[in-house]
Amino acid sequence: MSLPNIPLTGYRRENGRVGIRNHVVIMSVDDISNAAVEGVSRLIRGTYPLTHPYGRLQFGADLRLTFDTLIGTGRNPNVAAVVVIGIEPTWTEHVVKGIAETGKPVAGFSIERYGDLKTIEMASRKAKEFVHYASELPRVPVEWKDIWVSTKCGESDTTSGLASNPTIGRIFERLEANGNTLIFGETTEVTGAEDKIIENCVTPEVAAQFKAAFDDYQALVESQGVSLLGSQPTEGNIRGGLSTIEEKALGNVEKMGRCKIAGFLKPAEEPKKPGLHFMDSSSAAAEMVTLCCAAGAVLHLFTTGQGNIIGNPIEPVIKFSANPLTVETMSEHIDVDLSGLLRFEYNLDGAADRGLEMMARTINGRLTSAEALRHDEFVITKLYRSA
Amino acid sequence: MKKGILLHEATDDVGVAVMDLQAGEEIEALTLEGTPVMTLKVIENVPLGHKVAMRAMAAGHHVQEYGRSIGYAAQDIPFGAHVHVHNIKSLRWAASKAKVLEE
Repeated sequence: MSLPNIPLTGYRRENGRVGIRNHVVIMSVDDISNAAVEGVSRLIRGTYPLTHPYGRLQFGADLRLTFDTLIGTGRNPNVAAVVVIGIEPTWTEHVVKGIAETGKPVAGFSIERYGDLKTIEMASRKAKEFVHYASELPRVPVEWKDIWVSTKCGESDTTSGLASNPTIGRIFERLEANGNTLIFGETTEVTGAEDKIIENCVTPEVAAQFKAAFDDYQALVESQGVSLLGSQPTEGNIRGGLSTIEEKALGNVEKMGRCKIAGFLKPAEEPKKPGLHFMDSSSAAAEMVTLCCAAGAVLHLFTTGQGNIIGNPIEPVIKFSANPLTVETMSEHIDVDLSGLLRFEYNLDGAADRGLEMMARTINGRLTSAEALRHDEFVITKLYRSA
Repeated sequence: MKKGILLHEATDDVGVAVMDLQAGEEIEALTLEGTPVMTLKVIENVPLGHKVAMRAMAAGHHVQEYGRSIGYAAQDIPFGAHVHVHNIKSLRWAASKAKVLEE
């Protein structure tokens, strides 16, 4: 089984990585810099304001993950250039340096000693310069293996495990054979199918890293005096026909197909080699896709049964569904209708062909439904409360 | 014959309704690759996406889907019945509750 013979184009960045979008991002280091970021984005056409509610008095692993998420998002090849705005210079510079390693244009501004208005003026002049730069970058021919792909499912039902997730599995098998870099995760939602993941890790070390992260997440949930097994499956899952957490998890991991797990990633960590990676991550859709984007994935494949509508501002999200009711009642959210699988109109390989064709079109510039509908969910995973 | 049930593995205890099924209907069950597995009479209404028992299962039986266990039968389940949260339970949930009781 092969990849479609459709010529692909993208943006080859300074470090050799390939992006499929060309964003100029204005990024907040912290919550109180959001107003300045919004100010710059309103003044300068072609900029995207990346704001969020955190970044003050965080510490330890929680602070590191916020930095890794911001830096990783700025490093993502779908981003051409970044203006970083924070309240004070030290943390702003830390984010700027992390992004600058890629060689892409980045500049930082801190608000203390200037105030919002002066900062907005200075940052807007730099943003305008970056927009001129980015708008003249050409799309160039790229290869399938240049495209880092991530996946997650949401509002799952039995059609997810039966049809849309195995379709992603077939797509991932072809991309793995092609030498692509691939990411999946959802540490808690694989509960009940963790053995299958452990069995498919390429080395005992990778399996041990996964098991440690899995046990750690279970312990965290139990430390709150609750059982995830009591809240899973969710009401939406049950309405869709899922009965137990094991059934949900076994359907979930259909997305890995028969791929081997080449590596384990911490949240927001960039893969260092090709192959499928398991990333320790929340199973909440927006948090997980934000982490995939920060890890460097440029295209996300999202399957849904009952109709999760998530998107991401930087990493385009292609939505797949095989549920005929969802495809009919929420058509504006679905890019790839796989309900034909349930009517025996094509088999899984035929479904994978349809998905890959939509991937090629999206790589080449077609806006996904989530992009067109402005589903720009950028959600930082918060590990614990701030100081 | 109406093709209305899909199986992950031909040997699974449950199949998934790919359309709303009415009690009394004779339905053909197939794998996703289109291989016929059996025809059966559905004995209850089963909504799209919900599961149908491909054989009778005694209470306590570990129910197989994807070729793996998805839980246990909480009561006797007849051939052709609707299989859902009312008659199957998670083995993980049961194990977790047992642990709490021991403590």
